[in-house]
Amino acid sequence: MFTNRTRLFNYIFPVLLLFFLIGIVHAETLTVYSGRSKSLVEPIIKQFEKESGIQVKVSYAKTTQLAATLLTEGDKSPAAIFWAQDAGALGAVSKMAMFEKLPESVLSKVPSDFRDADGFWVATSGRARVLAYSPERVKMEELPQSVFDLTQPMWKDRVGWAPTNASFQAFVTALRRQVGEERAEAWLRGMQANGAKKYAKNTPIIEALAAGEIDLGLPNHYYLLRFKKGDSSYPVAQTFFKTDDPGNLVNVAGIGVLKSTDNKAAALKFVEFLLSIKAQQYFTSDVFEYPVIDGVIPNANLLPSSELLELAPTFDLNQMDDLEGTVDLLRRVEIL
Amino acid sequence: MLNLRTVSARRYLSIPAAVAGVPILAVCIGGLIPLVYLLIKALSAEGTALMQIVFRWRNAKLFLNTLLLTGGVLVLDLLLATPAAWLTSKINLKGRHLWTVLCALPLAIPGYVTAYTLLALGGNTGIVAQFFGTSIPRLGGYWGALLALSAYTSPYLFLNLRTALLGLDSNLEESARSLGYNHSETFFHVILPQLRPAFYASGLIISLHVLGDFGVVSLMGYETFSYALYTEYTFSFDHIYAAWLALMLLVFTGGLLYLEMKLLNQVTLHRAGHGSTGQPSFIQPGVWGIPAYLYLGLLVFLTVVIPAGAVFLWIFRGFNVSALGGLLEALGGSLSAAIPTGILCAFLAVPFAYISVRHPSRISNVLGRVAYIVYAIPPLAFALSLIFFVLNVVPFIYKTLPVLISACALHFLAEAIGPVRSSLYQVSPNLEEAARSLGYSRLQSFFSTLFPVLIRGMLTATALVFLATMKELPLTFLLSPAGYETLALNVWSYTTEAMFAEAAPYALAILVFSGVFVGILIYRDKDPENR
Repeated sequence: MFTNRTRLFNYIFPVLLLFFLIGIVHAETLTVYSGRSKSLVEPIIKQFEKESGIQVKVSYAKTTQLAATLLTEGDKSPAAIFWAQDAGALGAVSKMAMFEKLPESVLSKVPSDFRDADGFWVATSGRARVLAYSPERVKMEELPQSVFDLTQPMWKDRVGWAPTNASFQAFVTALRRQVGEERAEAWLRGMQANGAKKYAKNTPIIEALAAGEIDLGLPNHYYLLRFKKGDSSYPVAQTFFKTDDPGNLVNVAGIGVLKSTDNKAAALKFVEFLLSIKAQQYFTSDVFEYPVIDGVIPNANLLPSSELLELAPTFDLNQMDDLEGTVDLLRRVEIL
Repeated sequence: MLNLRTVSARRYLSIPAAVAGVPILAVCIGGLIPLVYLLIKALSAEGTALMQIVFRWRNAKLFLNTLLLTGGVLVLDLLLATPAAWLTSKINLKGRHLWTVLCALPLAIPGYVTAYTLLALGGNTGIVAQFFGTSIPRLGGYWGALLALSAYTSPYLFLNLRTALLGLDSNLEESARSLGYNHSETFFHVILPQLRPAFYASGLIISLHVLGDFGVVSLMGYETFSYALYTEYTFSFDHIYAAWLALMLLVFTGGLLYLEMKLLNQVTLHRAGHGSTGQPSFIQPGVWGIPAYLYLGLLVFLTVVIPAGAVFLWIFRGFNVSALGGLLEALGGSLSAAIPTGILCAFLAVPFAYISVRHPSRISNVLGRVAYIVYAIPPLAFALSLIFFVLNVVPFIYKTLPVLISACALHFLAEAIGPVRSSLYQVSPNLEEAARSLGYSRLQSFFSTLFPVLIRGMLTATALVFLATMKELPLTFLLSPAGYETLALNVWSYTTEAMFAEAAPYALAILVFSGVFVGILIYRDKDPENR
């Protein structure tokens, strides 16, 4: 009995080991650093796994933390893909020459507004800065036409912003480009003098509007839509400023393939999948973001992408990587 | 051999300094990595830029805010936890075990969840307005941060005090009573002084929590050093100002440690007589029974019922079964980090506590506080420095669970030292000497004299670190293996996107699991009644 079993093990063990090794070699895995939160992107990643048979392992964290991680890791990074919440972080990684150039076939899927001019990254969805307000306390005709109107006395102590938030900072970067350093600084100081209330991020702005703490706020467009999804009578509304106003900035979430990965084919498949109708439809319908390709059934709560791009100021997203200048400015006015 | 032993003045102690030194050295090296990293970053600043960074009016403001908040939380915790610890360990109240668990339960609730729920109470659309028709102003700023932080740090003081109170030599109390002291005189003159190590240790931990907190202060919009530090890490990639802020924070922590060291130096406590604590007697509550229940009830309502209730409310408002899919995996992830970290910390804490109690000297005083300095290193800086270190020295373990566990253990070790040290104070070194002189080996002496008392402190330590690791975010973000899920990561992910209903099951799982763990440990942390 005993010897039989031993003999059996002599055969079984190497066979199992062989299977194990084959398994390791065959299960193709792709490591993704995602600055987009899991709650938003996991369903579409699951879908990709199902369709491609490629297993995706995701490290979720804040976009800038992941960018800092990538910069620390250098060419030793285990990541194949960096999926960032904003263009600035993609620019920072791109600057260190860590991204692989994307093929023309991928880049040509999106309009030039939605990709890196040098082809190192491509947008996966768009989002807009908006003016959120309390319809109970602010009349339609009172609504400010420009972000610059918010420093007027009538809005004293009534505006909420999130000046330490990355999407606000992207807006300031764009503002500096559009109206110059001096006017941007004057606006920031004007907002502070006018008693703008500081919040840590976008969600608390919406909640403060509902709670009656403030009457106007400067968040991204999709947060309110999520509140409305749960409660359609949620007492907050949002709108845009006048056409081309810096307050209507459109920023993107985007993706790049890392040079250091030996898994480029799978990484490219992933990028292509995110630019497919299926994924883009998901971003529009479930995440409430703007699609970057045509042919997607529009979300009734969102403007058509073409109208949005018209309202938005013209701005080259590659200039978004001038974080340092923005940080210097925010420090000068004692916001940071 | 014999000669060598007699050379040592402390020859009868069961853990020789050299043995205790090995884990201590390992922790020191682990702590040195981020310090060197921060110094290199900080010193890479150029002269003029450096002056602008260090001598800013804003730094003074941050310092003042941090100081005010830390002081406020300490005072409020003292008011909240001291009576609670006293009531649950000395007074014969009904349901004492249940009250004890409930008082420790805020540990199971992540601070940012408490903050979210406190914020959700007030305002026109707040929970209070919906249920009672009138709205209360929304909490925020200093008071909001103070309340949320006190709610979730108060158990640190509560548990430390309780461990100390239960281990008190009741013979002392009896002597005091027989010498004519009444209950309150006994408390203020005999018991309170003996609780000093517990006060100092938990005061330190609570301060470190406040200094390191980001979730609460950011939600409440109150700017402290750590708030500025975290926003710095989300803004810039050079991290120079962040490194300076981190170093300022460490200097601040150093000051606190120095203060604690001075205070603790005045304490010599241990039982002079036999090794077992005398049979303690419970005080009958008498007329004070009702105020006692009211007090505990109010405390539990504020610190547990409100946040837990809000989590249930999230669930009822929009429950979605599909959000449950990842629950099991996340739970597994959380436990696979939290349990080993808790146990590792309890063992690492023993040598630290031991040298500071049994080998008191200038060096051991400093070494005993290394863990607190490591704790005060901002987790993001800690994680980035470890990434750099691991990738360049031991790349094959990069992004593996052991790295995450080691990092969490290093970070949370300070939480484990307090309870272990408090329990050590209660064993007289004479007892160890006696065991050794009776021919027991070091190991035998350790297990027969120290261990039975030590184990209580170690269990509390394991529980504290377990609970802290369950809620941990920044280290997990950057050091965990790709694809690794925890409950806290999910709560964070959903709440930041304002998807509270989806976040609720994960928050509830943290609550329930941590709550059960708190319950089991307090039950096992033997109470006189069960002896």
